Amino acid sequence: MPINEYKPLIVAFCCNWCSYAGADLAGNNRANYPCDVKIIRVPCSCRVNPMFILKAFQRGADGVILCGCHPGDCHYTSGNYFTRRRMAVLFSLLDFFGIERERTRVEWISAAEGAKFAATMNEFTKTVAALGENRRLEDLRCKK
Amino acid sequence: MQKMTREALLEKARELLSSGKVSAVLGWKKGEFDYDVTPAVFDSVDALEDFVWGDFCGANLSKYLIKETKKHRVLVFLKPCDTYSMNQLLTEHRFEREQVHAVGVPCDGMADINLLRRKAGEGIVSVDSIGEEIKVETLYSDEPVIIDRREVLLERCVNCKSKKHAAFDELLSDAGEDSSSDRFQDVEKLESMTPDERFEFWQNELSRCIRCNACRDVCPACTCETCVFNNPSSGAENKAPVNSFEEQMFHIIRAFHVAGRCTDCGECARVCPEHIPLHLINRKIIKDMNAFYGVFQAGAEVGAKSPLLDYTVSDIEPGAVFDGRDHDA
Repeated sequence: MPINEYKPLIVAFCCNWCSYAGADLAGNNRANYPCDVKIIRVPCSCRVNPMFILKAFQRGADGVILCGCHPGDCHYTSGNYFTRRRMAVLFSLLDFFGIERERTRVEWISAAEGAKFAATMNEFTKTVAALGENRRLEDLRCKK
Repeated sequence: MQKMTREALLEKARELLSSGKVSAVLGWKKGEFDYDVTPAVFDSVDALEDFVWGDFCGANLSKYLIKETKKHRVLVFLKPCDTYSMNQLLTEHRFEREQVHAVGVPCDGMADINLLRRKAGEGIVSVDSIGEEIKVETLYSDEPVIIDRREVLLERCVNCKSKKHAAFDELLSDAGEDSSSDRFQDVEKLESMTPDERFEFWQNELSRCIRCNACRDVCPACTCETCVFNNPSSGAENKAPVNSFEEQMFHIIRAFHVAGRCTDCGECARVCPEHIPLHLINRKIIKDMNAFYGVFQAGAEVGAKSPLLDYTVSDIEPGAVFDGRDHDA
């Protein structure tokens, strides 16, 4: 592998009850997923404010993925239903601003789906790597 | 010219002020020129001298109710579109309904000073509305310029939401009619561009933003006591270089914070000193929510639940919002 190969920076917001445990399971099962994925644990996918996502991009993330419990399985009964509405509106708005729609994603991953977690991250990292560096949302002042 | 006369409004204001039913009147006052009319509070009959009503009273007075109703019982003059903002504020329990005496004023569309300037030129000394015409006197021409009023209406008046008041204590005229408008036309035009063109469009528009925060300050839905953008560590609190993402971030978040509460009153675009079409961002959100979750008009009734505060088990998935939209269209 060439030393200077481009590696995207992926931020994954994972809900504490499902997706974070799913990531744990992926680790326990020795499932491979790229180390470019930085996981941020949140109490519920609903905790993620649109500002978190934009700020991640501003600070240099190339892709942001939001993982939560499957609809109906939320630890707080309905948190992820609100996430679903909020993110549908936000993603459509980002697309309206001409920002590549592949850079953002929402996935529902349960605590038992370690394999799905690894597969999703592999696939998402590949998609973002193909898009290349995030130039539209970056803020040079925030980069080292 | 507005069909309703200044005298009719003044009479109502004098009557209620002197009877003691209200202790302040929220209205409009002349600025330095005839066209820079500003919202004002009048607390005595004598102060009403400065009261103005005319083609430049575009300002939505609803937001001022939050502050004024804490001190007074207020008479407020509301145009049909302003009443939606008042309803939305009541839904959010921003003030007591009993503290307000809302008088519905019919509106024949308000003039946009920027469009007028474009047609009449700089150096406007006076403007005078006569029927459907506006007579403009400028420093640089001897003859007054006559402009058709219908050609210089504010964008939000061209796409008028309704001539019918959504809430009032009394009306100064007969109830108006709902009007149908084609307000999503501009949004659709942008949607049909390629992502690159859209990015260029917004980069061009938003790089002009001087971060004066006028859009936020005037917005009747932006009523937080402390705003996220006042936080010096928010990363979005001041003017950024043109090529950075900060302005986009500010405007995306600003629009998102009022998603589902925005009545599409168009004040943000009206006050923008750089003429950025900010209402398009809010309108895009409204259009999307109408398409995904059913048609909803914020402020149409008090207590209605906004789409983002609600859910159904079969909602659209965030990844599916692009289905049927061609990537390179």
